[in-house]
Amino acid sequence: MRVSEKRQLMSATEVDRTLQRLAHEIVEKSGGTANLALIGIRRRGVPLAQRIALAMRGIDGVEVPVGTLDITLYRDDLSKVASQPVLHSSQIPFPVDDKDLILVDDVLYTGRTVRAAMNGLFDLGRPRRVRLAVLIERGHRELPIEASFVGRHVQTSEAEIIEVRLKEVDQEERVMLVERVD
Amino acid sequence: MPERLRHLLAIESLSAEQITFLLDEARPFQEFQRYPLKKLATLRGKTAALAFFEPSTRTRISFATAASRLGADTMNLQAEASSLKKGESLLDTARTLDAMKPDCIVMRHGASGAAAFVASRLEIPVINAGDGMHEHPTQALLDALTIRDRRGTLEGLRIAIIGDILHSRVARSNLQLLGKFGCQFALCGPAMWVPREFECLNLPVRRMQRIEDALDGADVVLVLRVQQERLHEPALPLDEYTLLYQLSPERLRLARPDALVLHPGPMIRGLEIDPSVADGPQSCVLDQVTNGLAIRMALLFLMIGAGSESDEAKGPPHAAD
Repeated sequence: MRVSEKRQLMSATEVDRTLQRLAHEIVEKSGGTANLALIGIRRRGVPLAQRIALAMRGIDGVEVPVGTLDITLYRDDLSKVASQPVLHSSQIPFPVDDKDLILVDDVLYTGRTVRAAMNGLFDLGRPRRVRLAVLIERGHRELPIEASFVGRHVQTSEAEIIEVRLKEVDQEERVMLVERVD
Repeated sequence: MPERLRHLLAIESLSAEQITFLLDEARPFQEFQRYPLKKLATLRGKTAALAFFEPSTRTRISFATAASRLGADTMNLQAEASSLKKGESLLDTARTLDAMKPDCIVMRHGASGAAAFVASRLEIPVINAGDGMHEHPTQALLDALTIRDRRGTLEGLRIAIIGDILHSRVARSNLQLLGKFGCQFALCGPAMWVPREFECLNLPVRRMQRIEDALDGADVVLVLRVQQERLHEPALPLDEYTLLYQLSPERLRLARPDALVLHPGPMIRGLEIDPSVADGPQSCVLDQVTNGLAIRMALLFLMIGAGSESDEAKGPPHAAD
């Protein structure tokens, strides 16, 4: 698939500032952080969750555990993924029961990834609450799923793709709007 | 990314990269066995036909559980099935199953090459669960996973295989697999069961007459089951077998202090293996069983779950959802 870059949505500095802001919002709207935990959806949700947790530590030294979730086994479109998808273990080093969970991902689009993530979570236990934090929300939901914490809302068309590059994964950091070119 | 597996018929035709990929892919399924809710919907609506023309308990249950935990259904053909007694040919049986549209066939059969035979005549993937004396690929994979987990590597290990090597598809698959990682092998058992031909396999294999020599400095000891149905050809009294070839605690001490003891099962305590060794800290038999489940889940996932309609030309996926 060939793509052409249309414009940059966020620079590295803006990503960082947004994550700080999200961390503050989460702490503010959680009524206590004792039971709070972040779960990053592989792949790019993971460094985002870790950075939000780090930012939270800077706010009154709040220590929030971070888990990672691989949703490959829970997808509804397995036949269309790579023919030999690499599976990763989900690492959730705390019991899920009764926890106030925040799922973290880079982009919220159709909502199917989050649906799969919730299936995965509920196989592990019964959280008290699950909310969603995303860096970019781009419309076009195909399921009744919404994010409580959003970095930026971006209007997009279906031919467009949001490309998120994070330093932990891509060795560079920015968010771009690109378009499919056929 | 290693070449996609269409069938799993033999370890011999797999590359070291493919094997490593399979072992890595099994890791999440190892953790999965500890989840409170062991049920995925990943293979919902898919069917695995389990065609066991030879009796089997552990392998059949392992594949059935693997399929079920992935959400798949199974068709169960067992050796006692009346159609086989009535003289139906292997091909007809396979075609009958195929006509019910399973997504793959997992096959165990008494004839070497049976799985390849069926694979060449059907469109669906075939997983060899043991064919005659030829190979038992998933056993070697679960053994490798067990060894790798405990030792950190498969490279350059010294492997002792003790018992009836001649009739053992487990031994052959393990030789093939570990041979691809530079391991060295010492084989030991009753002379008529450890033929010279094993030294001609293009692998570093030595036959040892005495078990003590085979165990000396070994990293892994693979104890084979005494197939009692074969003990009358020629006659070998069981207590003589025990005297010469049993893996006792004293003999195990000749291997490295951290040597692993593997057995494909079922064990006969007190015959080929001393009970205290079977239950001791070096024994991996229970891990083998758990890992067998993980390996088989990974295989079913890769072969009938993922990417049947994928367009490889698309290139790496972008963040979409």
